[in-house]
Amino acid sequence: MSAAPVALPRWADNALVPLVSAAAALLVAGLVVVGIGENPLEATALLLRGALGSAEGIGFTLYYATNFIFTGLAVAVAFHAGLFNIGGEGQATIAGIGAALACAALSAMPGFLSAAGFLAAPVAILAAAAGGAAYAFIPGWLQAKRGSHVVITTIMLNFVAAALAVYLLREIIGRTGSMQPETPDFPAQVLLTPMHRLLAPLGVRLPATPLNTAFLLALLALVAVWLLIWRTRLGYAIRTVGANPRAAAYAGISPAAVTMIAMAISGALAGGLAVNEALGVQHRLVLDFTAGYGFVGIAVALMGRGHPVGVGLAALLFGVLYQGGAELSFDKPTITRDMVVVIGGVLILFAGALDGLFRKLVAGVLGRGGMG
Amino acid sequence: MRLGSLAAALAGVALSAMAAFAQQPIKPAVVYDKGGKFDKSFNEGVFAGAERFRTETGVAFRDFEPNNDAQIEQALRRFARDGNSPIIAVGFSQATALQKVAAEFPDLKFTIIDMVVDLPNVQSIVFKEHEGSYLVGLLGAMASKTGKLGFVGGMDIPLIRKFACGYVQGIKAARPDAEIFQNMTGSTPAAWADPVKGGELAKSQIDRGADVIYHAAGGTGIGVLRAAADAGRLGIGVDSNQNALHPGKILTSMLKRVDIAAYNSFKAAQDGSWKPGLSVLGLKEGGVDWALDDDNKALITPEMKAAADKAKADIIAGRIQVHDYMSDQKCTM
Repeated sequence: MSAAPVALPRWADNALVPLVSAAAALLVAGLVVVGIGENPLEATALLLRGALGSAEGIGFTLYYATNFIFTGLAVAVAFHAGLFNIGGEGQATIAGIGAALACAALSAMPGFLSAAGFLAAPVAILAAAAGGAAYAFIPGWLQAKRGSHVVITTIMLNFVAAALAVYLLREIIGRTGSMQPETPDFPAQVLLTPMHRLLAPLGVRLPATPLNTAFLLALLALVAVWLLIWRTRLGYAIRTVGANPRAAAYAGISPAAVTMIAMAISGALAGGLAVNEALGVQHRLVLDFTAGYGFVGIAVALMGRGHPVGVGLAALLFGVLYQGGAELSFDKPTITRDMVVVIGGVLILFAGALDGLFRKLVAGVLGRGGMG
Repeated sequence: MRLGSLAAALAGVALSAMAAFAQQPIKPAVVYDKGGKFDKSFNEGVFAGAERFRTETGVAFRDFEPNNDAQIEQALRRFARDGNSPIIAVGFSQATALQKVAAEFPDLKFTIIDMVVDLPNVQSIVFKEHEGSYLVGLLGAMASKTGKLGFVGGMDIPLIRKFACGYVQGIKAARPDAEIFQNMTGSTPAAWADPVKGGELAKSQIDRGADVIYHAAGGTGIGVLRAAADAGRLGIGVDSNQNALHPGKILTSMLKRVDIAAYNSFKAAQDGSWKPGLSVLGLKEGGVDWALDDDNKALITPEMKAAADKAKADIIAGRIQVHDYMSDQKCTM
């Protein structure tokens, strides 16, 4: 992240500034809602009730949050190494292709599936992670060895991944005669269990939602990233390179190696999006399944300050916004899906771009001097 | 005595029930394609049909524009749980979701457009786009001076090749020596909404001599029609009647009456005649047609109209068989 011009106490930096940005964003979004002649309080109530007011709403909210946790963590890990990975979409796409290829290979081995079906899902998940990691390694290598900036290469590789996915889904692994570029359904053994079915034997009855065990993987990933960044040697190296590559080199850390490794880890995390969508929900690979989650991940990481706790909370916030927004446009025909995009956009603007504004403001209020 | 009054009461109940049966209160709903409600083409046609139903009967409908695949299923289920029926699912990409939701709510009525879902409570409506495309191809070939015609498709899917194949057959029927340029805009859903690229493809076809260009490309087609009009050539519209976009510069439009399909589905549910199963709407059923109105009547000579009317009658009577690309994934003539 950009060097902070204003020094703030940790609690203010980690909690107060994001809260103030979110509040300001909600205020502006409220004004937009007033502008189209709706009551913003009612709209907010509908949004919150839609997202958190029922077991089904919560299921959908957490399903969206799962996607945002993975893509947010992907961006956050790269941030710590001083890299701005905006290629989450492409990495997730290649991860999806990896999972689809693994599923195709597994389908060709019915003996293995019936004998060791419990291994099928982990194999597919690892294939997804490997696909994402390999695809993020390329810009990492280009940055480390050739000095090509990751911002440029990752976004361009998004387009390459999209084109590759189109080609594969149309010509090689797609379902024949289908209008939609998509693979055949994956074998049942690789699919992740939906939460409502997982909890049914325990006597918990939940409505059917897309929420599946990928959510638990996402929570594990949050813990794993925290351990990695703050409790391991590699994490220390990543943070050092991110803070000052020259000092890191002087201390015996290879910035080139760390860059490539951090990008690969970032890509593997982005692959979690493919795990949730393809293996958890759609049960096949559909073109454009990434649906912009990779880009929202950037906002999630920014809002979450690159810390797993913050990423988790920001992912939840965006989950609420996605699910509550859908419910809002169900109930209020005047609030179209484009309005919901506007509200999300305002939130991203305030959390990301206008972050410095609020830092200064908070610093002024706290009497710490914002001259920096 | 008691029995008699009971019978009378029962008869009264039955009568009022029958009256209610004739005009059932329905709660219709529409789930659009990801292209969105106002795409000037396919989705908007469904919206127009539903709107017409609303203004005529005063029965409101609910609708939803999904952003991602998960929301399609969510929207269908949400409408179903609220007791909405019939629910129209617009577009082939909703088939998988509808398959699940329709099975969960066997008492509700569902209609899917452009795809077949085989369930006892689902009505599947598909169109014979090749027949309508044949007619506009015929008209285009007669209007062309250079003998070169163009086709710009949206996303490269079997459905759009079906449009192209019908068009080519119509052209060849009128002018066996005609030269035809075909381009698809892309192979992702973005190809439905890229008017700039559509315009460029049309320009390149014009540079090669094409003077009539047909598009089947949704929002991308807006650029195709504009490029043709700007160059003084003729465009052919699709799905909705697009003649008015550039009056006098659009030869005709191939009408795909999704509006009628939507309207009829609501109407049939209301008067109790709604039936599940497959319905294929071609020229005979009025599901496809070509547009003739004030904006293009100067372009259509009496001979052209006569030829199109004859071909239409021949197709309806079965004397002309227009090959359907999707029947064998080939365009043979």
